[in-house]
Amino acid sequence: MLTGLFDIPVLGLILQLLDFLLNVVTVNGPVILSLATPLALGAMCGVISERSGVVNIGIEGMMLASAFSAWLVASVAAQAFPAEPGFFFGVTPALLIGLAAALATGVAFSLVHAWLSISIRADQIISGTIINIVAFGVTAYLDLLLSRTSQPSGGKFVAFAPPQALLDLPVIGWLFRMVLAQGPITMAAIVIAVVFQVLLFRSRWGLRTRAVGEHPKAAETVGIDVIRLRYRNVLAGGLLAGLAGAWFTIDFGTTFQTGMTNGRGFIALAAMIFGRWHPIGAFGAALLFAASGALGTAIRTTPPPGQLGEILISIPEQVFSALPYLVTIAVLAGVVGRSVAPAADGQPYEREATH
Amino acid sequence: MRVDLRTPLARARSLIALPAGAILLAFIVGAVVMLVSSPLVTGHFDPSLPLRTYAAIVEGSLLSVNALVDTVVAATPLILVGLAVGLGFKAGLFNIGGQGQFLMGAVASAAAGAALAHESPIVAITLSVLAGVLAGAAYGFIPGLLKAYTGAHEVVTTIMLNYVGIQVISYLITGPLRAQGASFARSPDVQNAELPAFLNVGTGHEAHIGILVILVVVPAISWLLYRSTTGFEIRTVGANPDAARYAGMQPRRLVILSLTVGGMLAGLAGAIEILGVSGYMPAAYATNVGFDAITVALLGRATPGGIFFSGLLLGALRAGAPLMQVKAGVPVQMIDLLQGIILFFLTADVIVRFVFRVRAGHAKLDELQTVTRSYGSGTGKP
Amino acid sequence: MTSSPSPTISAPALEMRGITKRYPGVIANDRIDLTVRPGEIHALLGENGAGKSTLMNILYGLTRPDEGEILLDGEPITIKGPSDAIARGISMVHQHFMLVPVLNVADNILLGAETMANRVFLDRDEARRRIRELGQRFGFDIDPDETVGRLSVGWQQRVEILKALYREARILVLDEPTAVLTPQETKEIFAVLRRLAAEGHSIIFISHKLSEVLEIADRITVIRRGRVVGERLPADTNEEDLAELMVGREVQLVADRGESHPADVLLSVESLAVGDDRGREVVHGISFEVRAGEIFGIAGVAGNGQDELVEAITGLRRPAAGRVRLGADDVTMADPRQAHEHGISFVPADRHRFGMVTSFSLADNLVLTDYYAPPYARRGVRDDAAIAARAEEAIREFDIRTPSATVTAGTLSGGNQQKMVVAREFDRDLRLLVLDQPTRGLDVGSVEFIHRQTVRKRDAGTAVLLVSAELDEVLELSDRIGVMYRGKMVAILDGPTASREHVGLLMATGGHETPEGAPQGAAAPEPRRTGA
Repeated sequence: MLTGLFDIPVLGLILQLLDFLLNVVTVNGPVILSLATPLALGAMCGVISERSGVVNIGIEGMMLASAFSAWLVASVAAQAFPAEPGFFFGVTPALLIGLAAALATGVAFSLVHAWLSISIRADQIISGTIINIVAFGVTAYLDLLLSRTSQPSGGKFVAFAPPQALLDLPVIGWLFRMVLAQGPITMAAIVIAVVFQVLLFRSRWGLRTRAVGEHPKAAETVGIDVIRLRYRNVLAGGLLAGLAGAWFTIDFGTTFQTGMTNGRGFIALAAMIFGRWHPIGAFGAALLFAASGALGTAIRTTPPPGQLGEILISIPEQVFSALPYLVTIAVLAGVVGRSVAPAADGQPYEREATH
Repeated sequence: MRVDLRTPLARARSLIALPAGAILLAFIVGAVVMLVSSPLVTGHFDPSLPLRTYAAIVEGSLLSVNALVDTVVAATPLILVGLAVGLGFKAGLFNIGGQGQFLMGAVASAAAGAALAHESPIVAITLSVLAGVLAGAAYGFIPGLLKAYTGAHEVVTTIMLNYVGIQVISYLITGPLRAQGASFARSPDVQNAELPAFLNVGTGHEAHIGILVILVVVPAISWLLYRSTTGFEIRTVGANPDAARYAGMQPRRLVILSLTVGGMLAGLAGAIEILGVSGYMPAAYATNVGFDAITVALLGRATPGGIFFSGLLLGALRAGAPLMQVKAGVPVQMIDLLQGIILFFLTADVIVRFVFRVRAGHAKLDELQTVTRSYGSGTGKP
Repeated sequence: MTSSPSPTISAPALEMRGITKRYPGVIANDRIDLTVRPGEIHALLGENGAGKSTLMNILYGLTRPDEGEILLDGEPITIKGPSDAIARGISMVHQHFMLVPVLNVADNILLGAETMANRVFLDRDEARRRIRELGQRFGFDIDPDETVGRLSVGWQQRVEILKALYREARILVLDEPTAVLTPQETKEIFAVLRRLAAEGHSIIFISHKLSEVLEIADRITVIRRGRVVGERLPADTNEEDLAELMVGREVQLVADRGESHPADVLLSVESLAVGDDRGREVVHGISFEVRAGEIFGIAGVAGNGQDELVEAITGLRRPAAGRVRLGADDVTMADPRQAHEHGISFVPADRHRFGMVTSFSLADNLVLTDYYAPPYARRGVRDDAAIAARAEEAIREFDIRTPSATVTAGTLSGGNQQKMVVAREFDRDLRLLVLDQPTRGLDVGSVEFIHRQTVRKRDAGTAVLLVSAELDEVLELSDRIGVMYRGKMVAILDGPTASREHVGLLMATGGHETPEGAPQGAAAPEPRRTGA
């Protein structure tokens, strides 16, 4: 109905662009949600850790290592326990074992981060950097060795297939398609975001977490074990990062490539900040970043017709590849001043008694 | 008399005890990793693999004039980018953008070198190096500006800029800068802008004049930090930005300055690599200089002298890596892993102290304790 | 002096016997005995660093003693941590409140003693009900949903006390509870404490303020350098006696400030408005003048705009409106460097945050504000010899106790750190000296030293602007006193004749509760100290 206005010189072009963006989001909704999954899980890994006062920039490395172990373990397990994909999500024993391996890897790396930053009281950003470097090094090294023998894939989860009748419903059908036609990790991410949000603000654990992240000494004086709570939260964050890692190699794709997380762990941090350290907010921000990534793909595969299409296609593809990173920078620059981190974020806690 | 003799020795020992211990432990852990993965390397369990690996590294980095030249050539960019990271640490900033700044310097000098390929060498070299330095400076200036005026944390912005940089280079080299008739996407040869060798011991092992820059830059940065008032300001901002403001310094200016000078150093490193080693810029320039430089800076405790020596060490690892891959079959990625483990033990110095019974001097990286500042409470915020 | 139910033969509620705690190089507690009876307000008197806090941290399980035992109702107990202490009915109100500013009153009180609806979720409704009930019982109505960061310090303290009551504490430790309160707020808190004692709670009241201890305590234990040096009943002692016990020598309670000889107006502040970090205006059009050769003190409860005012004058904060003039110069928009060069020296309230760099050497800290100028630097190059010479001189003249000028400043004691800041800021060519909480947390010796130096600067013709939350300090030193309340200067009084009560009332109410308003300069004539 708006198409009549598309011929107006400048305004028309803007309207066409908006129309195209809306189209990209509608058509690619499920893909965007799926692409947002590792960002959202990574961001929530950041939220759970930073709400208790531990900065975690090792998310990138945790995801990368988990992606690698999910792939490798699923692959080995698939050879050991060959099985037909199950009805729900195409689940096989190998995939479950791979998933468990990813979670364990995430926890193992977060344990290192927790030990360095909580017990040793090392600089938390340096600790996170170590995680990133070690994860990159060990996965690159093993991946290269394994590529000499060409490891078979262990398969992947498949998206849930909701009844067609549900998808055909007007308006809501689109929403159902977006949320229900997803793999298990994406669905889990949605559930986790909601549960996490409620727990953070209504449960004992949530109250204590927020207190420890804001004023650990106050928490300690009312008998809360700051060290233990921070350990638990960082380790729980490791689970989330592990889940995010698994998404790369046994949900979205089926193979591992060196450095395949490509900075998504850092984009997740930006999503955490943009979402003001709220689980739901972080999820929303992750969707924005994922959408900016989907845009480039959409322009290359299905460019809009007419003048707009010509303009967009003439833009070098590298601009669109760089878009998520540029959006991240823009968001950080625009939002940080107004988004307040937990007061004790990044500060090691030392018990009074040990003075 | 005896005390006079021993004190400096004891101090020197306490200074290097922890880094040396960390390196030693990392090599032990690395050996374990190689042992475990040896079936993938040689097809069977091979207890001699670690020894052969380390022997190859030593041979490839130290045991011949060629090897020594390779080490120094490999160390040069590591020291320069290491200084960039170290300067950031002194100012309380974690510059993970050495990679991007290096690459922008490299591509700018490649472009300038190609454009000036037929000018006289002095003009071509000077302008090409300058182009690299300026491009690196510009790429360091951006996160500095963002940090100073919006509080955007430099850790995230510099990493994002590294990825953006890859796309910029991909565009330039596959587009406007692409050499005609080349079999793969690369920039044209820099020809006259190439840095001449002052010591040529064999093909592929040239000591180009670029490495001499280190002899100027390391003392210069040391002078800047410890003898100049600007260095005092940088160190004050890094240690306590509020006190710096109180003392009449301008934290925003200093944040931008530190990251820009860091960018200059990294850009210089990129220019030297292109003009002195490769002679052109490929679309996918493989380097790990950004992470290497972080290891170098931390290992050198962010002091110029320390960075010089740790840069040589990492340079030796990098220079020995190809021979390691050829002789022992261990992929060069082993070096990436080794550095991560070195950093781990450097940070977890309690382990080093425990294993080696180090008691002397609390050589903790105290000047690095200020790196983690929360997002938003940016150094330069008013 | 009030005396609650006579502490007769009732068995002690709490006994600490032979408590000893050693730290490398110091004995913080040396065989300390302390007995507290039910329903008693027991004052623990001692200087900063005497060992009071260590003793209470031991009682509260934050620190383990090396020797000694703790008996509760005659039973020996060990306290492994705060939760242990709380479970046994011991609660503590810390000097620096242990409240989470972004959480509301109910959540702060709940924290660690959560009332649960089920295994996972909090029962906030029940908590709110209990908090209201408790508040009413002890005479204050509190809104459980108010964010703690928005409460005044007086109300934050009530939240701390409610925290203890919510945990059904029998023994309540209050660490310097009046340090941040106005005299009126202090009276109100004292009333609450008496009520608690009357209901059978035992209260340990830690303080170094003699008059308060005499007013509230049933018994007083004095400690000095980690040892109990005396126990007194308020009826049998006086301020001089307690001061001597506390410090170990005769103390001059009031600085001898002598006559002032004010000259021309040096600092003039006209309708100055200043915003805080969030951009809200917190200083509303303040005007006052400070003459050369006088000390102008600013009294006020912390957080009434004093910090922002001082930061605006010294260049750390840009005023929103108004004018600041120093002699003939307009310094309204001066940055810290320009302010410094105009001859403004500033001793900031938070020396660790602003006044020094703990990881730098003492020598570097002594030139922190002058590092760029001759003789310490020329054309951007530092002169290490000149810096070292300056350090030697300052160490000698300001009696800074340090092994050398090259030690890092962070290793010095608090008193010596402040002397370092004072040496740097006082010992230069200056016109205006701005002091913000110059003696907070220092030992008596350092306080005396800094007060003497301040008076000397005044007598040398410097204009001094003194801000202090310690009303006594303002009253002792100031030639004139301005009272700040909610960002306004509500009164300017003559220093020597101002009464403690009158200033206190102005601090608490801004003078709106007094029918005639705040009388300028004419205060009640009664003396403010009643030394027996």
